[in-house]
Amino acid sequence: MIELNDVHKSFGKVEVLKGITASVAKSEVVCIIGPSGSGKSTILRCINGLESYDRGEISVEGARVDQGNRSIVAIRTQVSMVFQRFNLFPHRTALENVIEGPLYVKKEPREAAIARGRALLAQVGLADKAEVHPPKLSGGQQQRVAIARALAMQPKAILFDEPTSALDPELVGEVLSVMRKLADDGMTMVVVTHEMGFARDVADRVLFIDGGVIVEQGAAKSVLNQPQHPRTQDFLRRVLHPL
Amino acid sequence: MLGLVWALMRVSGIRILTGLSAALINVIRGIPIIVLLFYIYFVMPDFGIALSALQAAIIGLGIAYSAYQAENFRAGIEAIDKGQIEAAQTIGMGWWLTMRRVVLPQAVRIILPPYGNIMIMMLKDSSQASTITVAELALQGKLIASSTFKNTSVFTLVALMYLTMSIPLILLVRHFENKANRK
Ligand SMILES: Nc1ncnc2c1ncn2[C@@H]1O[C@H](COP(=O)(O)OP(=O)(O)OP(=O)(O)O)[C@@H](O)[C@H]1O
Ligand SMILES: [Mg+2]
Repeated sequence: MIELNDVHKSFGKVEVLKGITASVAKSEVVCIIGPSGSGKSTILRCINGLESYDRGEISVEGARVDQGNRSIVAIRTQVSMVFQRFNLFPHRTALENVIEGPLYVKKEPREAAIARGRALLAQVGLADKAEVHPPKLSGGQQQRVAIARALAMQPKAILFDEPTSALDPELVGEVLSVMRKLADDGMTMVVVTHEMGFARDVADRVLFIDGGVIVEQGAAKSVLNQPQHPRTQDFLRRVLHPL
Repeated sequence: MLGLVWALMRVSGIRILTGLSAALINVIRGIPIIVLLFYIYFVMPDFGIALSALQAAIIGLGIAYSAYQAENFRAGIEAIDKGQIEAAQTIGMGWWLTMRRVVLPQAVRIILPPYGNIMIMMLKDSSQASTITVAELALQGKLIASSTFKNTSVFTLVALMYLTMSIPLILLVRHFENKANRK
């Protein structure tokens, strides 16, 4: 459903992606792991056109992702994104955040959008926070609103960029459990994360990225339990046993 | 209002619009209001647009202050977190919808206080324009009309002179701004 073929991307003289080839099937959950600065965020940002790429091709359900083309809007409504820092609209309530896209981009009738928005907030466990503004919510609650906002677009896939990295440790679980439920419901997900437990239990596949290339990929359990490449082994050792 | 148009052009990311509005803003900011007023009052008739002194004052001040407000608006818009714009884009919003629904409602809070100050300055200026300048304009008008110069060339010259004096200043200020930003 999402295809990347030999994707290259440079910022100025620095080549950040050096030929990424990967694909994500429908209902698949793919976790991307790798050290800081390896290009994980850039891959996600290229997939929904927040960032352009220089060479190669990315397509979503056969449609080429091209930042300069009007079709990018259609692709973005099909592939939502959840950010590390939530990026909720602070001047709107939780519910308004969720229905913003359905109302103004998809032009859905107001009553229908509100009803579905409330249902989505209930789905992420925040039915009672609909009228609250994001700055008054905890990080975990904000991220769950952001997931509801992404779901409101009825996307075919959701990209998560370190969705729990900005959270206090005790709030990580509530976000991960919402994500796990989504995975169980068959949502196609690409998740950049440092949560190895989540990757092992929920992901179908894991990609290990280092220096702008995919160093190793495969079934989640095999990559995480028996990494073949020394760089993967080294990375996992440092993540799992920081001391 | 005009100021908002300039500012939106400036942040549009479309190179021609950005350049055009930046140039216009700098030109307008570089010309003293008095010269702008003279220009409107004396030169526009040469292009077939005759204005009363009061109309000239209103239009002149309007244009001049739109340029100041444009810079104010731009600062307010650019103060909004990039993540807000990206979030808007990922739910499929285009440039205009992003501005209207996400950026401007938040920027207003930043823009409003200085907006008020600039408006107060404009009020002061306009009292000047109405008591001194408008009368002066009419007086000077007669003088100049009786002289041999053509209005257009005289006032174009005056405006250009002011511009050549003020552009280096603007550039200098920008230089220091950049330096401060880099720190
Ligand atoms: N807009 C940009 N301009 C210039 N360089 C950038 C830009 N965005 C990212 N980079 C650089 O590209 C490289 C890859 O960045 P990216 O954000 O994709 O890494 P990452 O794997 O997500 O890292 P992290 O775990 O820290 O989020 C980094 O070296 C970063 O400095
Ligand atoms: Mg990142």
